[in-house]
Amino acid sequence: MTEYVLRFIAGGVIVSAFAILGDMLRPKSFAGLLGAAPSVALATLGIAVVQHGSRYAAAESWTMIYGAVALACYSVVVCHLLMGFRFAALPATVLAFAVWLVAAFALLAGLGGAA
Amino acid sequence: MLVKLSSSSLKQTHWYEYGVRFVLGGLATVLAGLVGAHFGESVGGLFLALPAVFCASATLIESHERRAKEKAGLNGRRRGQQAAALDAAGAGLGSIGLAAFAAVFSITVPASTVVAFVAAIVTWAAVSVSIWWLRRKLRIVFRRSSS
Repeated sequence: MTEYVLRFIAGGVIVSAFAILGDMLRPKSFAGLLGAAPSVALATLGIAVVQHGSRYAAAESWTMIYGAVALACYSVVVCHLLMGFRFAALPATVLAFAVWLVAAFALLAGLGGAA
Repeated sequence: MLVKLSSSSLKQTHWYEYGVRFVLGGLATVLAGLVGAHFGESVGGLFLALPAVFCASATLIESHERRAKEKAGLNGRRRGQQAAALDAAGAGLGSIGLAAFAAVFSITVPASTVVAFVAAIVTWAAVSVSIWWLRRKLRIVFRRSSS
């Protein structure tokens, strides 16, 4: 339980820090880079190294590459839903989540995890 | 336009909007831990690039932009969508940096944890900023050649 409380606080603090920095940056396309900041990864990988060792963290970060590729697909779909189909931000970002899931798991199934 | 850092935009943000992002960030990190514990590190790793906070950020950007335009007596709906789309485009470019972060961390962590974190963060920042800058330069060149 303590571990998950620690995860929650660490994740919340790091995500908030990147979000505040993103709010302060201009232009918006540059600030958007922080939408793909490794905030969840920093908190999780730090705990993974302490708990399971560096080999576990290396394997976890290897499949994170697939998650990042899926995030690129997700961002493109969100852009199209907003600009092409004139969706509002909330439904666009929630609907596109299905694209992230499909892309991430398809890459994992096709390419496999770390050796 | 140069990259600027301004604290004035923070005044537009309500305290509960920070709270929403804190909670979503915390929940995404807990989810990544739970998935890793139940389904193994390969599946857990996917969730380190989960766009959990993106829906909150894009919605906030859209509502801030809409409010600003409506204050000026204009219809801000379309401007809000455009601002959120710009943010998504930035995240798309940043995801290349995120992939580079993951690759560098995976390669360097067996040697040294501290070096792995520092090298991965520096790589993420360098790759993300370089790709943003390159895209900006290419757009300027294409605009000049088409006019």
